[in-house]
Amino acid sequence: MKKSIGVRIWRISIIAVVSFYLLMPLYAMFDFSTKQFGLGGKSRNLDSWRIIPSQPDLMIAISRSLLTALIVMALILFLIVPTAIWVHLKLPLLRRPFELLCLIPLAIPAIVIVVGIAPLYRWISINLTESPITLSGVYSMLILPYTYRSLSAALDAVDIHTLAEAARTLGASFARVIFGIIMPTIKTGIINGSFIAIALVLGEYTISNILNYKTFQVVIAQIGRANGNVAVAVSLASLLFVLFLLLLIPNKKRLGTVLDVDVK
Amino acid sequence: MTQIPIQGTGPALSRTSSRYWRNKSAYLGVLPFLLFSGLFLLYPTWNVISGAFQDESGKFGTKVLVEVFNSSSARAGFRNSLEISAQTAIAGSILGGLFAWAMVTGKQGGFFYRFSVALSSVLAQFGGVMLTFAFLATFGFNGLVSTFAIKYAPGSFLAESSWLYGKAGIAVLYTFFQIPLMVLVFLPTLENMKVQWREASDALGGKTYEYWLRVGIPILTPSFAGAALLLFVNSFSAYATAATLINLSDFLTPLAIATALTSEVGGANPAEAKSLSAYMVIVVIIAMSLYALLRRKVSKWEQSR
Repeated sequence: MKKSIGVRIWRISIIAVVSFYLLMPLYAMFDFSTKQFGLGGKSRNLDSWRIIPSQPDLMIAISRSLLTALIVMALILFLIVPTAIWVHLKLPLLRRPFELLCLIPLAIPAIVIVVGIAPLYRWISINLTESPITLSGVYSMLILPYTYRSLSAALDAVDIHTLAEAARTLGASFARVIFGIIMPTIKTGIINGSFIAIALVLGEYTISNILNYKTFQVVIAQIGRANGNVAVAVSLASLLFVLFLLLLIPNKKRLGTVLDVDVK
Repeated sequence: MTQIPIQGTGPALSRTSSRYWRNKSAYLGVLPFLLFSGLFLLYPTWNVISGAFQDESGKFGTKVLVEVFNSSSARAGFRNSLEISAQTAIAGSILGGLFAWAMVTGKQGGFFYRFSVALSSVLAQFGGVMLTFAFLATFGFNGLVSTFAIKYAPGSFLAESSWLYGKAGIAVLYTFFQIPLMVLVFLPTLENMKVQWREASDALGGKTYEYWLRVGIPILTPSFAGAALLLFVNSFSAYATAATLINLSDFLTPLAIATALTSEVGGANPAEAKSLSAYMVIVVIIAMSLYALLRRKVSKWEQSR
């Protein structure tokens, strides 16, 4: 279909306006992080980028947040996915209740969950451990709607009943059916879910800040109070890193599942 | 479409003696998940909902709910929250919807398309601390635009950053993550519009504006409205961005909740936090139910590809 002049003008002006809105703050971050403040500081340099690694708490927070993301992914793989498959295969009566349970976090914003879960984490930090990786428990629940959506779409697309029956007939155990037969066939759905997990854990601020855990975002905010340039540099660096990762793995199917993740 | 489970084929199944017990024991399989979600999801949900109906001493009643309802600061925060969410949902859905249209009319799978999808999925999650820093670097003290404005337009509002720390600032920041979210939500809908509709309209002598007025817009309205509701909920529940941008503790309902929960100057009041939360949940549930209703309308044509 050939585009008319009108369509072209509309298209270009929309792209220009929206791109300006979205890209200017990103450029401003770069500008700000290379600026020299103070007397006569006209020159630009990368000092605030250079001292990123020596920021107190930052590296620890990054490694902790990555570890938390890893645990969330493990919970998805070994708890949530097998349960979803099990319910699909064996307990058709539970499908609706299970779906409703998975959709609860859509109705309960993170700021509300933190109100309800504060006593639990107070108990955990007094009696078990103060490590922020325990947050993986509540994080895995926060992403439940998105995990569920990508999983159920994947499970509906494959005839897992026939697959399971075939495997059982050939003598496979149920664990083998779930982990060896069905999970590989819904790989894309699981990868999507894991991707969301990383994005959520690295971007989460609400819960960890209110519960006083030093996660990645909380530490960035803390750096920002002392040294704005460095905090801006760190933010831009992590943003570009994620964008780079996403461009490396172009996948059209991802689009449908990386929707509306509520991490703000 | 429900599948009827095929029973009794493998050798493993014959091990259990009765079908009755086999079906019952299958329920044990969900037990680990149930315990886990009970602890980290159902318990906090119950805690908030039941807590909203208790006063500070734990007595059952609607005292705190009524108090919060009548408190002028809670009302002001709630009004601000609703207002900003509505504004950013409208601005975000219009700008994002148009941008998604611009993406669809371009070459699909081309660099611009792919880059826009990737950028949108990053920026839609970009709320919070980092977003605040981005806009402070743009409009804040010593920021890109404010430095520029001080030089060339000293009298304008851009030259001083105070507007950023209020309603206008929050709305501008929220719209920043609403636009890419709208792109992600709305793009599949636009992609599923059939070329044949346009062809049919053209063949019958319809002009471009007639096509959009009579076919395009009516067909897109339910999913557009649904997406806008999603954006509304998204900014209504946002906390991190506002918390790192401004210091007003009850300017928005999420900020008021955090203050009531954590205040260190002796004002901590979990009962109030739970009541405020309950009101928030009510708004979110209403919006999400409307969304579900609209999606049902949409799914009829979108899913029957």
